[in-house]
Amino acid sequence: MRRFRRWVADRWVMGVGLVVLAYLALPIAVIALLSFNQPSSNKTTYLLDDSGVHWTLNNWANICSGADDMCGSLGVSLRIGAIATVIATILGTLIAFALVRHRFLGRSAVNVLIFLPMATPEIVMGSSLLTLFLGTGVDPGLPTIVIAHVMFCVSFVVVTVKARLAGLDPRLQEAAMDLYAGPWATFRRVTLPLVMPGIVSAALLSFSLSFDDYIITTFNSGPVRTFPLFVWGANQRGIPPQVNAIATAMFAVAFVIVAVGQLRNARRSRRAATS
Amino acid sequence: MTAVITTTSEGGPTYKPAAEPVAGAKRRWWVPYLQLFPGGLWLVIFFAIPIAMLAQSTLWDPAGSLENGYELTWRWQNFTDGISTYSDQFVRSLAYSLIATVACLVIGYPLAYAIALKAGRWRNLMLIAVIAPFFTSFLVRTLAWKTILSDQGWVMDALRLTPFFGPDDRLLATPFAVIAGLTYNFLPFMVLPLYASLGKLDPRLLEAAGDLYAHPIKSFFRVTLPLSMPGVVAGTLMTFIPAAGDYINAELLGSPSTTMIGNVIQSQYLRVGDIPVAAALSFTLMAGILVLVGLYVAISGTDEVV
Repeated sequence: MRRFRRWVADRWVMGVGLVVLAYLALPIAVIALLSFNQPSSNKTTYLLDDSGVHWTLNNWANICSGADDMCGSLGVSLRIGAIATVIATILGTLIAFALVRHRFLGRSAVNVLIFLPMATPEIVMGSSLLTLFLGTGVDPGLPTIVIAHVMFCVSFVVVTVKARLAGLDPRLQEAAMDLYAGPWATFRRVTLPLVMPGIVSAALLSFSLSFDDYIITTFNSGPVRTFPLFVWGANQRGIPPQVNAIATAMFAVAFVIVAVGQLRNARRSRRAATS
Repeated sequence: MTAVITTTSEGGPTYKPAAEPVAGAKRRWWVPYLQLFPGGLWLVIFFAIPIAMLAQSTLWDPAGSLENGYELTWRWQNFTDGISTYSDQFVRSLAYSLIATVACLVIGYPLAYAIALKAGRWRNLMLIAVIAPFFTSFLVRTLAWKTILSDQGWVMDALRLTPFFGPDDRLLATPFAVIAGLTYNFLPFMVLPLYASLGKLDPRLLEAAGDLYAHPIKSFFRVTLPLSMPGVVAGTLMTFIPAAGDYINAELLGSPSTTMIGNVIQSQYLRVGDIPVAAALSFTLMAGILVLVGLYVAISGTDEVV
């Protein structure tokens, strides 16, 4: 009995953790399940009733035939995500370097300017941007969406890259300089490769934030329809079942990218530890 | 270290003094400003100025319209109008997001603790599993919750077998569904800062507490929890702030009696078009959150947030 109590005491935290993970994974499992379901009409009713799942590969085989503008909106989102990610990653990385590497006048003001967008509810950012565009007579459209997405991604890039930069051993760069590498060579051959994992995760984060944003985008989209806007609009009429296939595919692709990255990191650090 | 290098390389013909790249003493003063300029300008033009314009538009005369423009009449009444009409939604947003934040803390803490201190070689896999929900569309996931909680769903079928649920009771379109949705959607924002903070915890401190005959519960409350406070504070803010402004969960999982202030602001802006009152609501939401955040940070006493 005593041993049993010990055993429980050692493991209950892990048990609770696994239950919470299951809670997080549950909706994704449902989406994957629904992606193989043939609903009775050509819209997903988002009901799994007593009749259960009617297995079909149809949603995957005809992934773009659910609604006219579904894959179009997907393309729009991918394009916006790519452009916004590139701009936000460059701007945010530069700011992170300035904040970690320099002490300068106005540093704390910059810190506040970086923190505030993360502490502002999305709906406030969306409505204030709309006020700006209305006030200046700019018609909402693709450029305004990109502008908005870069705006809210920059802070997250700064935080992510800053964390990586701050964790670097400054002696590595000192060593490079001591070995007569110039500032540029040190940056390109030592600093940049070391910061790269941080920049890559910042870019991935930006892309997923941009790709998934509904609230800010809906204020600044004009006639443009991104994928989340399509899903929202379709929800009023009934979601094409292919949306579940797209969501499942997105999950699978991103999961593989992240898992491969993690594995490579783990292998690299293991090699570094043994050599 | 610098001293060692200078003494060993002294006298060499091409000697140059050991550089200090990190301290940046040799760099020109304008370098950081150049690095800050593009991103900073973007944030000023597309974040700070819009907020200032939003603040100004709260005092417009609602008699105007988008076509004919609005007049700045310093009409403070927009605030009192908005707040008195929508006080229910304000209170509801506060209550729902507070409950969801506490729920996230209660179920997120064991998960973060398990990943940081118990997972061992499974740590990366568990971390990926926490981040994984982000890979699928927020909206599609929330719709999947709707499926799970729906009246004909398996969860309701199971609950109806218990004596607590009658045939007409439901989960969907209740405050429970909205809070469950908020909890689900913002849980990773709680777990990640907690994990970051618990990951820095030196396990030897817990061993020391154990060696000194502290009961595990006591060492948790005296050692682990205080040391993870920065994570608790950051996670609470990262969960509470987006939850208070969210309207997707209330819209998809709730009913007209569970609308939050985000729903009101969104429909005022995009459907009704009463811009000044909508701006007043939006501004009040932001100001309220900033005050709460300020109070919370002051009470919990951590300066690591900014």
